[in-house]
Amino acid sequence: MLKKNLKMYVWLLATNLFISAFTFGGGYIVVPMVRRFFVAKKHYFIEEDLVNMAAVAQSTPGAIAINLSALAGYKTAGIAGASISCIAAVIPPLVILTAVSACYKIFISNTIIVAVLKGMEAGVAALMVDLIIDMCSLILKKKSLFLSAMIPLSFIANFILGINVALILLFCCLLCIFQVLWKRRNIK
Amino acid sequence: MNIVWKLFITFLKIGLLSIGGGYAIIPLIQEQVVGQNNWISGKMFTDIITISQMTPGPLAVNTSTFVGLQVGGITGALAATTGCIFCGIIISLTLYKFFQTHQKSAYVLEVLNGLKSASLGLIISAASTIILLALYGSQSKIDFFSLNWIALLIFLTMLFLLRKWKLNPIVIIFISGIAGFVFYR
Repeated sequence: MLKKNLKMYVWLLATNLFISAFTFGGGYIVVPMVRRFFVAKKHYFIEEDLVNMAAVAQSTPGAIAINLSALAGYKTAGIAGASISCIAAVIPPLVILTAVSACYKIFISNTIIVAVLKGMEAGVAALMVDLIIDMCSLILKKKSLFLSAMIPLSFIANFILGINVALILLFCCLLCIFQVLWKRRNIK
Repeated sequence: MNIVWKLFITFLKIGLLSIGGGYAIIPLIQEQVVGQNNWISGKMFTDIITISQMTPGPLAVNTSTFVGLQVGGITGALAATTGCIFCGIIISLTLYKFFQTHQKSAYVLEVLNGLKSASLGLIISAASTIILLALYGSQSKIDFFSLNWIALLIFLTMLFLLRKWKLNPIVIIFISGIAGFVFYR
């Protein structure tokens, strides 16, 4: 048992180090990464759990990538798993930035680094679209007009109208609660 | 007040106030580290944002590490980063546990379902920003002629590879990085 736990901790540490070292282009990219390693490869939890975790990580303060790592670690191996995952997720940026900050002016103007990063941008965009297609089909499968409509509405509110994320999420919670209240009243 | 402690508290505040992550929190960090505390200059802050985008890891963690390093060395970086992520982790875990233990409540279930849909909308919003940045660069003009065709080609190829063979995300990032090296250098 102890040996099995230890093996899992080492796996969590290595996987989170790995994921964090490749988190280019914002925290959301961690969602497809966690899906690949925790869901598809190791089956520690299912896609539905991941969507739940992503929703919680998104709706709470702080960096989404770190929150999601903590939740995935927690789901896999409890509080110890969460702690290991967080530490592992913070180490790569800490080390890389410590190294870069010493000579950051050279780093910014290096044409090779800039070219590689410009290419990665397009790759990250493709990863996001791939994830969105899968997550959308997961929600549309529930065949609830209310939940399906929430996707374009929150997109418009944030991307086009520029409304604060916290306000959108708060409004969404209130809508959901009213919806349940409404349904109950109709049943009575 | 001790500078390490001050870094921790300042970034604890930033971490607590930043919901949704990403670019939305840049003004908040700027106000704290450039405006209120005068730890770094405005020019340096812009440099930090550029570096944070060029290096892996969440923007908030990268920025806190960099500011911490500049102000208080390695200990400063550790204090700032810990402060930045502390509240988020605790609140995420608590909320997730709450949702799990109250799964049977219709309210909790509906709120969680609603949050899932709303956060997907927000992910699409973030993805749109990333796609526009990848295909048009930082320029504000968005039309047929200013489109970066190489970026579009890389984007579509990677999307095809992902949909067709479910390639590992890290492989995708590697291939697109190499493509960038070949095409843009």
